[in-house]
Formats: sequence, C-alpha cells, structure tokens
Amino acid sequence: MQAFLDIFDVYLLEAVINGILLGGVLALLALGLNLIFGVIDVTWICYAELVMIGMYAMYFMVQYYGLSYFIAAPFTIMLVAILGAALHYLVIAPLLTAPPINQLLATGGVLFVLQSFATVAFGIDFRNLGIRLPVLAFGEMNFSYARLLSFLAALVGMIAVYLFMTRTFTGTAIRAISQDRQIMALMGVDTRRIYLVTSALGGALAGLAACLLVLQYDVHPFVGLSFGPITFLICVLGGLGNFIGGFIAAFVFAEIISLGGLFSDLEWGYVLAFAFFIVMMFIRPAGLFARRR
Amino acid sequence: MMGQGRLAAWTVGLAALVALPFVYRDPYHLHILVLILIWSFAYTSWSMMGRFGLVSLGHGGFMGIGAYVTALLWNHVGLSPWIGIPISMAAAGVLALIVGYPCFRFRITGHYFVLVTLALSGIVLQVITATRDYTGGSLGYTPSRTLGNKLLALQFDDKTTWYLIALGVWLVGIIVWHLIDRSMSRYALEAISEDEDAAAAAGVNVTAEKLKITLISALMTALAGAIYCQYQMFITPDTVSGIAVSLQMVFAAIVGGLFVSLGPTVGAVITILLAETLRIGFGTRAVGWDNLVYGVLLVLFIIFLPKGILGSVLDRLKPQRKVPRAHEQEAVQIARPGA
Repeated sequence: MQAFLDIFDVYLLEAVINGILLGGVLALLALGLNLIFGVIDVTWICYAELVMIGMYAMYFMVQYYGLSYFIAAPFTIMLVAILGAALHYLVIAPLLTAPPINQLLATGGVLFVLQSFATVAFGIDFRNLGIRLPVLAFGEMNFSYARLLSFLAALVGMIAVYLFMTRTFTGTAIRAISQDRQIMALMGVDTRRIYLVTSALGGALAGLAACLLVLQYDVHPFVGLSFGPITFLICVLGGLGNFIGGFIAAFVFAEIISLGGLFSDLEWGYVLAFAFFIVMMFIRPAGLFARRR
Repeated sequence: MMGQGRLAAWTVGLAALVALPFVYRDPYHLHILVLILIWSFAYTSWSMMGRFGLVSLGHGGFMGIGAYVTALLWNHVGLSPWIGIPISMAAAGVLALIVGYPCFRFRITGHYFVLVTLALSGIVLQVITATRDYTGGSLGYTPSRTLGNKLLALQFDDKTTWYLIALGVWLVGIIVWHLIDRSMSRYALEAISEDEDAAAAAGVNVTAEKLKITLISALMTALAGAIYCQYQMFITPDTVSGIAVSLQMVFAAIVGGLFVSLGPTVGAVITILLAETLRIGFGTRAVGWDNLVYGVLLVLFIIFLPKGILGSVLDRLKPQRKVPRAHEQEAVQIARPGA
C-alpha cells in the first residue's frame, strides 16, 4: 500500500508540473486574444487557426527549405503578425460599427477559410517537425524538454509584451484606448493605427505560440480546434480583456486538464475543464477577477 | 395576417413538394433533397433563437445528443427510435434548461453567451469522443440494422419514404416558426433583444421568455439530429456535433436570411448544392474547397448583406413595407452605409 502511494505521489507531482508547463503556452495564447478583445472589443474566433497557419509555416521552412529552427521562428512570427493585421484591415475594420455578434461571426467565417485553405493547400496529413527533443529526467519524474522550452519562451514573450505596453508610447496608447475608446480619439490618438498595431501584436503572439506548439504537436488543418475553444474559455474565465485574470485562468485550466487526464483519459480532462468553466460562469459571470460593482 | 394569395402559394408549393417523389424518382437527387430538408429543419431551429440576438454555438451539442442518444438506446437497450427520439429530445431540452437558466438569470449576453454555448458544444463533442467504448469515438457509430419490423425501427430503404418524413419534419419547423412569429413571445423577445432592462421594466419576464425559445429550439435541433442519424445510419462526432456544426448552422441561417421563415431553408439549399457541385466537379480534390467558399461567403455576407439572400430579395420586392424593426434597421444601415 505504501509503495502504491509513493508512486502515486510522483505521478501526481509530475502531472502538476506538466500542468504548469502547459499553462505557460495557454497563457501566451490567452494574452494575444485578450489584447485584441481588450483594445478592439472583438473576439477572434479564428485565433487558433492563425496559430495553425504559423505551425505550417514553421514546418515548411524547417523541413523543406532547411532553415534552422531559430531562423525560421522570427519569420513565422512576422508572417502571422502580418496575417493578424490583414485580418483586422479586411474583415474587422469594415464591421467596427456593426453589432458585436456580427464581428464574431465574420471571424468565424475566417476560421472556415483558414482551415479549408490549409486542407486544400497542404492536405489533411499529420506532419511534424521531426525535431525530437530529449526527455528531462528529474528524480523519478520525466518532463519533455520541449514543454520546458515552451514554458520559458512563453514567459519571455509575455514579459516582452508587458514591457512594450508599459514602457513605450504606442503601448501606453494601446492601454489608454482599452480604457476609453471615444475619448482617446479626441485626445489625438490615431485609433485606426493603434488597432492595426494591436492586431499585428496579437498576430505576433499567435506566431510565437505556433513556434512553441509545433515542437510538441503534429500539424494538421484541424489542430486549431484542439486548443482554440480552451483559449476562449480561459479568456472568458479570466474576464475578457483582463490580462492578469487570463494569465491565472490559463494555469487553472492547465492544471484541471493535466490532473483530470491523470485520473482518466485526456478527453475527460477537457470535459472537466469545460464543465468547470460553465459552473464558474454562473458563480462569477464577468470573470474570476471582475471588479465588484 | 396571411393573405389569400400567400395561402394559395403555400398550398400549391406544398402539393408540388409532396407529389415530387412520385413523379421523379432519381435516387441521388432525392437523397440531396432529403439532406436539404433535414438540415433546413436544423437551421430553422437555430434561427428561432438567432433572430432574437441569442447567438448560440451550442446547437451542435443538441444535435449530437439527439443523434447519439437515439442510436445508443437502439443499439444497447433495444429501445425503438419512436421512444428513443422523445427521450433524446428531452435530454437535449434538460441540458438547454440547465445551461440556459443560469445564463439568462445572470444576464450572460453577447460575447459571453456565445462563448458559454461554445463550451457546451465542446463538452458534448469531447464526451462522445471520450466514451469511445460505447459511441465508437471519432470513428463514428452505426445504428444496427433491424431484422424485424422496419417501421418500429424507423429504418427505411427507399428514398421516397424518407423524403416524405423529412418534408413533414421540415414543415413542422416552418409552422412552429410562424406560430412564434405571430405570438406575443415574438414581441417580448424583440424587446429583450433591443434592451433587456427596458423590456423587464415594461413587464416582460425576460428569463422565462428566453428559456421558452431556447427550449423549443433545442428540442427541434435534437429531433433534427435523430432524424439525420436514422436516415444516414452513420454518425460521427464531427458531422453531428461540435463547434464546426454549430458554425455551419450560423452560416446557413445568415446566408439565407435570419429574419424570414424560409431564410434558413434557402441557406441549406445554397450550402448543400454548393458542396455537392464542388464534390462532383472536382472529386476528391474538392476536399476543403466547399468550406473555403463558405467561409469567404460568410464574411462577405456579414459585411455587405447582413439580412441574407432571401431577406434582401424580399426587401427589394416590397419597398413600401411597414417600418422595419429597429434591430433590422440597424442591419440595413450597416449594409448601405450611405443611406
């Protein structure tokens, strides 16, 4: 019995730590989406599909053109950033005055476009980078090196965004617009330019996430559906547009998935996370850390 | 309300639809028609909520429950679909109430409502996939062929029977749409979709009205799922549940026209014909093309024609129409910024 408990504890600890590592990437995804929502007041339903395109870009640059991983990564980030700006310019900008639901549905259309574009252009095969990073053994626990690297890179990415938002003029303008979008235009801030910059930044974060996720997961046209919904739930749970809330909610969700997966299948981890989300929505409808009125 | 002319047009149209399979028997074309009718019914169910600003991405979940509960009861318990379908509809209804009540009670609207319902269809998809020992997981599921009474098992081999069943179900959907359109609930829900607080102050029971329409919509969607399952005899989590199916409903309803009774049907005709044409024209190379076209169309429609094809055509035909309801007016202004 004692021996059983010992093993159990090691697995539990391993699951907890793996959950934290998963949380890092989820937090990065949630940050990008929260940025868009907080500033432009639009939900990009197709956010995870941008990540999917980024993952394909990494795959082709590394596998076909033989670029090294670290050279391909900045290109991918730039590409997805441009995609993000284009998405804003072509789809969101004409709909800025439309009811919010229309903007959400239009990005739903973009989701279809990106998914089927990938199907048409790349086929439905699962592809992977072919980089196999070693597994890190720590005591009796095993951690994937890829996850550790993703976690650290996600942290660095988030700190960079934080510095950008607090230390630069553009960042300050972005934060100001998220507080009052009417007044800032009167104060002489070019809202259209700020929206474009924000969209590009959101895209760049999706690109960074793509570079990290491609290390751990195979790419296929529907890969977005496996982490897209969870990203939205994280943002809503943290309060749409609330950066810190989203950050904490990402780790809560990651732990639920990781621990739920420990006791049963991974799908049940997701089911638990979804159910937890619905219950939380009823307890705190405006997000975990909403200001009480 | 309904003029003599319109009544006559409906009667003639229906008679033609009923007579069709006895005159024209091409099995492939009948198959397409049955699919169009079943999906039209599902899209109509969605639009009942959607037209009042209750955009749900959880209907994929209701449809999945309708299909899987019916099939599971048949295969594992041996319960006839005649009893299984009402049970599956009840299950979807209960789920709709469990999620709907707190949503409406705590005023979860807009983005938040969309994302809560998105979580709902996510849950249903994951549960179906996770219980793969019973449901076959993502590989799909087949109700076992009956050896006894075909009527009892609701399994028919000929397309004509299915065509008539689908036509009947579709007609029920259209009738329910019209009943709601002419009821007090419609005015209540329109008031709610414009200003919840004002509607509540005017004496509308916001929670009850929203729950009622959600329940009706969920029950009908589950029925659509069950009929689809019985007709196709093969279901996978991706074809009857999940976020993709929910988005497909939104898309078809918007393209056809959200605010007119036959709008979702027009949407179904367009989407299914488009998919079939591409499939025949391009064969296996067409994989993905239909969704690519859907996606582009969806974006273009929302930007340029938010009232949908049928809605816009009807508007053109009747320029002297009564003053449009405010939320439609808003959509019209968006469609023609200069006006």
